[in-house]
Amino acid sequence: MLPLILFYVFGTILVAAALAVIVARNPVYSALCLVLCFVTSAGLWLLIEAEFLAIVLVLVYVGAVMVLFLFVVMMLDINLEELRSGFTRFAWLGWITAGVIVFEVAGVVVTRKLGLDVMRGPVPLLSSYSNTQELGALLYSKYAYPFEIAAMLLLVAIVAAIALTLRHRRGLKVQNISRQVAARASERVRLVKMDAERRE
Amino acid sequence: MITLGHMLTLSAVLFAISVAGIFLNRKNVLLLLMCIELLLLAANFNFVAFSRYLGQLDGQIFVFFVLTVAAAESAIGLAILVVLFRERRSINVEELNRLQG
Repeated sequence: MLPLILFYVFGTILVAAALAVIVARNPVYSALCLVLCFVTSAGLWLLIEAEFLAIVLVLVYVGAVMVLFLFVVMMLDINLEELRSGFTRFAWLGWITAGVIVFEVAGVVVTRKLGLDVMRGPVPLLSSYSNTQELGALLYSKYAYPFEIAAMLLLVAIVAAIALTLRHRRGLKVQNISRQVAARASERVRLVKMDAERRE
Repeated sequence: MITLGHMLTLSAVLFAISVAGIFLNRKNVLLLLMCIELLLLAANFNFVAFSRYLGQLDGQIFVFFVLTVAAAESAIGLAILVVLFRERRSINVEELNRLQG
């Protein structure tokens, strides 16, 4: 009974926070509500015993991605009035699409004899079961190759993000190391022969 | 007892909210990126729920990869956004017509 109550509590917070993300006036509030979404999702994943992913969600999303979002939101000086204009023009289309999606999925969920009721419940886990250990065993054996590709993808993403935002300012006085190293004394110092002059 | 139906309904509601958000905030690239993050979260919910109720961990591995790709996507997306703002002083989608598309 307690898991079900917790599910409804977390679910309500999650849906409310998601609604706040899309209707908030200020993007900073949107980003903070998105953080709340991720934290409550992590709680829900803990409830259905996906412990490793719940922790990863908090660490990666709340700790890294959302901090990045907040940085960008606060760095950009956006004109909110212009972006908010025509906010409700296509709102009806959005809500109709949302309604259709919920209706269709609910149709799948509540169908009897053909839908989800033929699925058995979750397999009860032993107390010695470790989600992280099992995932690690799978990740480093069956999925070792995709895992390495994912690592390469992250590396490429880092390089791309840095290369995109790197800014070269004009007129900046910096050393050109290769020119400095390539310099020869014979090119730099010019000895001029001239007669000594008497001071007047 | 949380059933699979509970989780799927919740993720459908989350998915629908973020689709509506894409329609609502269609001018603001930043909000569009946030809505895409919500969409991916809703999809991940399905993966985790099915993985748990089928007793197979492959779904959770898939969520792991989706998280990786989503992190890379948002990092590059925000980098493009910063460059765009530097160039145009605006992040309005309607003004992104330089390629005449």
